Amino acid sequence: MSTARLMQGNEAVAEGALMAGVRFFGGYPITPSTEIAEGMAKMLPAVGGTFIQMEDEIASMGVVLGASLAGRKVLTASSGPGISLKQELIGYAAAAEIPVVIVNVQRVGPSTGQPTAPSQSDVMQARWGTHGDHPIIALSPWSVREAFELAVRSVNLSEQYRTPVILLMDEIVGHLREKVELPDEVEVYPRRQPKKSRAEGYEPYTPDEDLVPNIANFGEGYHIHVTGLIHDETGFPVGSPKVTEDAIRRLHQKIERAVDDIVAVEEIFMDDAEYAVVSFGGTARTVYEAIYEARERGIKVGMLRLITIWPFADKAIYELASRVKGILVVELNYGQVVNEVRRSACGRCPVELCAKYNMQIFEPEEIEDAIDRMIEKVERSGGFRAEGRSVNVEVISHD
Amino acid sequence: MRTQMRLSGSGGQGVITAAIILAEAAVSEGKQAVQSQSYGPEARGGASKSEVIIDDGKIFHPHVKHPNCVLAMTQKAADKYFEDMDPNGVLVLDSDLVPSVPDVKNVVQIPITKLAVEKVGKALFANIVALGALVKLTKIVQLDTIKRSVAKRVPPSTVEKNMYALQLGYDAVA
Amino acid sequence: MIERAYEKYFRRNRLPHLWCPGCGNGIAMKAIVQAIDGKDGWTQDNTVIVSGIGCSSRASGYMDFDTLHTAHGRAIPFATGIKLARPDLNVVVITGDGDCTAIGGGHFIHGCRRNIDLTVVLFNNNIYGMTGGQASPMTPLGKKATTAPYGSIDRPFDACKLAEAAGATYVARSTAFHVQHLIKMIRDGLDNKGFSFIEALVQCPTAYGRRNKLGEPAKMMAWMRDNAVMKSAWDKLPDDKKVEGKFPIGLFYQAEAIDYDTAYEQVIERAHSN
Repeated sequence: MSTARLMQGNEAVAEGALMAGVRFFGGYPITPSTEIAEGMAKMLPAVGGTFIQMEDEIASMGVVLGASLAGRKVLTASSGPGISLKQELIGYAAAAEIPVVIVNVQRVGPSTGQPTAPSQSDVMQARWGTHGDHPIIALSPWSVREAFELAVRSVNLSEQYRTPVILLMDEIVGHLREKVELPDEVEVYPRRQPKKSRAEGYEPYTPDEDLVPNIANFGEGYHIHVTGLIHDETGFPVGSPKVTEDAIRRLHQKIERAVDDIVAVEEIFMDDAEYAVVSFGGTARTVYEAIYEARERGIKVGMLRLITIWPFADKAIYELASRVKGILVVELNYGQVVNEVRRSACGRCPVELCAKYNMQIFEPEEIEDAIDRMIEKVERSGGFRAEGRSVNVEVISHD
Repeated sequence: MRTQMRLSGSGGQGVITAAIILAEAAVSEGKQAVQSQSYGPEARGGASKSEVIIDDGKIFHPHVKHPNCVLAMTQKAADKYFEDMDPNGVLVLDSDLVPSVPDVKNVVQIPITKLAVEKVGKALFANIVALGALVKLTKIVQLDTIKRSVAKRVPPSTVEKNMYALQLGYDAVA
Repeated sequence: MIERAYEKYFRRNRLPHLWCPGCGNGIAMKAIVQAIDGKDGWTQDNTVIVSGIGCSSRASGYMDFDTLHTAHGRAIPFATGIKLARPDLNVVVITGDGDCTAIGGGHFIHGCRRNIDLTVVLFNNNIYGMTGGQASPMTPLGKKATTAPYGSIDRPFDACKLAEAAGATYVARSTAFHVQHLIKMIRDGLDNKGFSFIEALVQCPTAYGRRNKLGEPAKMMAWMRDNAVMKSAWDKLPDDKKVEGKFPIGLFYQAEAIDYDTAYEQVIERAHSN
């Protein structure tokens, strides 16, 4: 274990990616993610890696996909507007099954929005930003230490499942500096290797037992073809209904069958909790303090913190909804995760929203107040209320 | 024990750097520290604020509430950031840049920028002068610790001047 | 059956190709492999063919190398990533006039600027063929397209001048008619360590020729024969003879400049000495 030091969240992402074996970064400057590019620009050449600043966000995405196909572990980073531009090629990576990690340090949006202010409003963009049916993995850290850990995990997941992984940061954690002790080494998932030679009839897109193909890197003599068109096991485009259906189904199933491995949540103060808060990222830090204070007042409330955002923690939320009287979703946006929680709760308990989208992070009192109002409402309505969408608790800003 | 500090001024005055150095010093003394900031799009001149929380235990919510100490390097910052200060907290002002003093119990006025310009040679050192004063006032870290943290952050060729600036600020507090 | 030397470069199980009868793309594709054939340091194992989207860009699927059919306009960024990750590999980009100069225009000029060691062959058929004949930035003035039914008023790019101005270190043009010349232009481009750009004028009888009454494929090629002027002759031509329709072919520009991989090695050295 190295010595403790003060580190910024964005810096920790760069450190984690590097330790996970990332040796190629392509990017374009954008607040509040730029420190990741700057960190990589400084560190990568020293380990023989490559940093390149591209002409735009689309090119940044293209260059890392090319490098990934040539065998490097790759990273790119941006914020909302840049992630919007990257979307077509995020879909390409999903379809052609190219490992890549995309960091999104979210800002307030839509459009140019509030570039230096914190937000968590790209949750649905992470899931559905690119067109067509596709799976995605997205992770969201709540501390600088976890930013490091999830950067490592993102790289490993992208390699294991050959899929784009979005590290969904918020500015709270991205720009926060706090004390961390980083490990000297981490577990690294190696690039998957072909199990057959060309002579033995190797096909790059034939899935392994885990439904993930062992696609050769370029320059290893396999003469593979990679395309964003729907393709069969050979990698070549095929215009048949059967191949199309099989290809799209396998893309989903390789992730669906692994959800227990991919989905991570953390339960805090949940042992005796009658009510739960669901939150994620930097916002969960404030939720922690709010819950601590509420418990001081004798309220039995806990938190389920989403670490994996996509695939969504359906099972954990369903189980949670089955054992608490009510759930409050706290998120720094107009209300995105709340709809997923309502879907997963299947009406087993009321789900309320505590939303904020005014450039400022939550204060613990606001969340405590929302917890009180949620409990009051649930108790007034007699606990279970499956019908309709309930009234949201919204934090109004006072300038 | 939790100490909450807010360093404010305008972009380019170095309040964010000062806050980072303070947090680094606390970490090197084995404490927990978080540092956050908010700023406008301007690289120079816009409002700038940085907060540091130092504690022996874990810190979750990253914003200060009722700071024990507020540093204001401009009038605008002073007017904006003193209100939620702990009643026993101390407000540290640049005496030349904050002519209109807010009505709080403990105010310390130091000619921070003037000291930097006249004694060290550049306004650039104002944040380090301020840092010296803050350390003396709050005793949040040892003088030696902050010296080491400053020396680690600044360009090697300026270490001597920064040490002088730090001492000036430290000595400016009675 | 006698195997022709170039056939080993094609994935014969992927042929026949999807191009229309009389299309010039096949000629340009074959010229690329003939330029590669017998070239020192160029094998099917160490060469990657990268393409964008469009008629031209389907070529990659027929060529027996590691091949990458990217998204529309994005071949050069992908190719840049491959080249930087594996500088030992040879990377050839196949693109079209719409792919390279419209949706991929930004990437094209920045590839030139960086002088990244790629050989980019633009199959210029003056039209968007795959989508059925829409105007491209290289559709000549007055020519008709489905999106320019009254004749194009958009001033076309001269992609060669664009490449030169943007910093490419090898710039040439040839046509599907001048096959041996085209092969030479490509081969010399492969030799250049830096960004090489070759525009290959190809006939599109279906989406461009038919609509503009240019006649059969053979007639379109005869037009290339009659209107292309070798660079050396073009330079001596008085301005009043450089009339509409006439165009120069040949090597337009060549320069010595550090390529991006070599420059990046210096970055690594500096990082190590720090």
